[in-house]
Amino acid sequence: MTLLSVQDLSKSFGGVAAARDVSFMLERGEMLAIIGPNGAGKSTVFNMVGGQLRPDHGAVLLDGQNITLASPQKRFRLGVGRTFQVAQTFLSMSVAENVQMALVSHNRKSTALWAPARMRYHEEALALLEQVGMAESADHPCSALAYGDVKRVELAIALAGRPKLLLMDEPTAGMATRERAALMDLTAEIADAKGIGVLFTEHDMDVVFGHAERVIVLVRGRIIATGSPEEIRQIEEVRRAYLGDDHALEKPKGVSPAEGVSPA
Amino acid sequence: MDLSFLAIQALNGLSSASSLFITACGLTLVFGVTRIVNFAHGSLYMIGAYTAATLVPRLLELSFGPATFWAGILASAIIVGLIGVLIEVLLLRRIYGAPELFQLLATFGVVLVVQDLTILIFGPEDILGPRAPGLRAPVEILGRRFPSYELVLIAAGPIVLALVWLLLRKTRFGVLVRAATQDREMIAALGVNQALLFTGTLFLGAFLAGLGGALQIPRVSANAGMDLSIIAEAFVVTVVGGMGSVPGAFLAALIIGELQAFGILIFPKSTLVVVFLLMAVVLAVRPYGFFGRPEVIGGTHAVGISSQKHSPFAPLTILAVVGTLASLPLIGDAYVLKVATEILIFALFAFSLQLLIGVSGVVSFGHAAFFGLGAYGAALAVKWFALPMEAALPAGLFLAAVGALIIGAFVVRLSGIYLAMMTLAAAQIIFAVAFQWVDVTGGDNGIVGVWPSAWASRQVSYYLFTLAVTAVTVLLLMRIINAPFGYSLRAARDSEARAEAIGLKIRQHRWLAFTISGAAAGLAGGIYAFSRGSVDPTLLGIPTSVDALTMLLIGGIQTVTGPLVGAGVLHVLRDQIMPLTSLWRLLLGLSIIAIVLIFPRGLVGTVRTWREEQA
Repeated sequence: MTLLSVQDLSKSFGGVAAARDVSFMLERGEMLAIIGPNGAGKSTVFNMVGGQLRPDHGAVLLDGQNITLASPQKRFRLGVGRTFQVAQTFLSMSVAENVQMALVSHNRKSTALWAPARMRYHEEALALLEQVGMAESADHPCSALAYGDVKRVELAIALAGRPKLLLMDEPTAGMATRERAALMDLTAEIADAKGIGVLFTEHDMDVVFGHAERVIVLVRGRIIATGSPEEIRQIEEVRRAYLGDDHALEKPKGVSPAEGVSPA
Repeated sequence: MDLSFLAIQALNGLSSASSLFITACGLTLVFGVTRIVNFAHGSLYMIGAYTAATLVPRLLELSFGPATFWAGILASAIIVGLIGVLIEVLLLRRIYGAPELFQLLATFGVVLVVQDLTILIFGPEDILGPRAPGLRAPVEILGRRFPSYELVLIAAGPIVLALVWLLLRKTRFGVLVRAATQDREMIAALGVNQALLFTGTLFLGAFLAGLGGALQIPRVSANAGMDLSIIAEAFVVTVVGGMGSVPGAFLAALIIGELQAFGILIFPKSTLVVVFLLMAVVLAVRPYGFFGRPEVIGGTHAVGISSQKHSPFAPLTILAVVGTLASLPLIGDAYVLKVATEILIFALFAFSLQLLIGVSGVVSFGHAAFFGLGAYGAALAVKWFALPMEAALPAGLFLAAVGALIIGAFVVRLSGIYLAMMTLAAAQIIFAVAFQWVDVTGGDNGIVGVWPSAWASRQVSYYLFTLAVTAVTVLLLMRIINAPFGYSLRAARDSEARAEAIGLKIRQHRWLAFTISGAAAGLAGGIYAFSRGSVDPTLLGIPTSVDALTMLLIGGIQTVTGPLVGAGVLHVLRDQIMPLTSLWRLLLGLSIIAIVLIFPRGLVGTVRTWREEQA
């Protein structure tokens, strides 16, 4: 069965349509990127899938189950993990404790009142940190980490819930170039090994074309193109509408969000 | 009850609505621009009343007439405005970026300072102001006499509303005030002279507070209790109207004024309860008041306990401390034991609050409610059911837990300042009930004859009993703080988005925390009742809540043991200094302000930081 099926999602804010009839599918083990200029509605679509926003109409199905109105907590239980554009971790805790918290919640022990939290699921937490290459920092305070490392920890937290769907909002924002490729390689590897479907938004075209298996182009709340990175690269409409610059797809570093450009 | 009577009641409601609006309008303007909830606003109101009551008669001696009277009122308001400027420059300017808990406490420090200074300057007696020349004779309305000054007051509210509206719409200052209320970052980016804007706003806010106070002098005498009674009502008005919204404040003041006027007819003694119930209902339906906006409130200032390296010596340290305390009766006399008993009780009280503030990031400003409920629960069990202490203490704990469960259901939906105000309001409701339900609670006099069982009646045995209960409860709470539940609370405090994304039900967790914390505070209250042999409404008052917050502040909200140390330090200081000077509140207020400005981490936190830097 299709892992994630998004059907005709629409959302307006005060008369401005941020998403219009957005539909797409995502299979297990697949990496799907949503790209588009600033204000195209990427975050809106993303937050409707993640449960932070309620769509005006349309549906979100996870493994055939309708989760359109489910809370973020409920989605977590159903196997949705996510990372945030600005990494969200528990800064007052150690790296390991961050992951342990997700494990505690996953095992429904968050109201346990007795045995100390730092003793619970410690081994599992270390194993997850090992996967993202952060095992050595397990005992460091999360507030002392470099931002790229925080992003890795966040990935480990998201994986702690054993997700089948991973939502990553601008996963490499704020990271150095080399770190970006490493984080996405790691994500692809884990997704592949565990059969996790990954939906991500991204500004960095290197990341998009290097790691996405399929790309959705969103402009003014509407999907204007879907296809493999190669196909997307060739579509003239995308070049103009999204980047407003014929050369931008070859030289991703110069990406400038061109809001004034209207889609053909 | 005929038509004319109802009309008079409605007019009475309008006149108190006017007075309330003028004062609350200043509070809401100051909040809109500075994002600080100024506790000292009530003090400015009080200064306005005292200044006018002193100044206006002198002026009337020089030249008797309405012009002199109103000039005196205006002059008093301007003087208060200047005092507001002084407060902004000396204090507020330094704490705009501080966590809201510190801001509230610092401005409460000003309240304490002003209380003592007012008595120092104007004397301890209430001052009755002159009546307004030309407005002494009552007018006749529908065959009933109605004070003509009240009619002037009724007009004053809309006039002030109109003037403030003109100021906000037609002047550059007003445009900046509105812009800052909408988006503070933007105003910073525009390169506006912020200092001047903030100082100007404080002048305006304080001026309005002073005006509100000064206008009262023909109706009520200026007295030392005015500040806290008006601030509680002004808070309700601003919160119900939506913080930062002037029209909201006007609407809320109207509703509350009329509610009080007619509430008196239905529930003669429960006007306070009616007012605060209104707030509870409005916030339950509209968590940001009539015209408030959610994004105004940034709950981003979460500071609190963080994970510490686990020390293998911790159990030994605990044993040593408890052992030392347990051997105190060997060296201390009865007086020392009495003081030590009270310190332990307040340590437990403050520690229960730490579960909310330091762990959950939930700034409760009405924790006295649960301390008082525990005390009253125990005392009522003794008085009405003749229960022994062993049964009365759990009864008190139970009453406090139920109270916390009910109040918690309302407040966990809120955040930041709204939550603080709601807890404050809840505490005031319970205070009002204890104060006004004389038949059951004994009203102002409280309940006496709450004595411990025979085995615990000696000072030594009661001290040891208190020590045992406090130690066990604190250790249990520590256990909870370190358990997944405590970590979940911290997780929700650190990042709500992340906590939700890993499936944590934040409201449910906070609700449970609120209940546990209330129960622990109630236990402390019950023990306190038996240690004194009596209870009275002051246990439920704002100063009691602030005591607990001050202990947290002194000890440091980033540490688990801070509140215990803070309770000891505050109590010993009070014990030593109070007999020496009548200016205890002045000293306490200045100390609170100093701690916020100089040691925001508290004693324990500062020592820890210092040691970490040494290492």
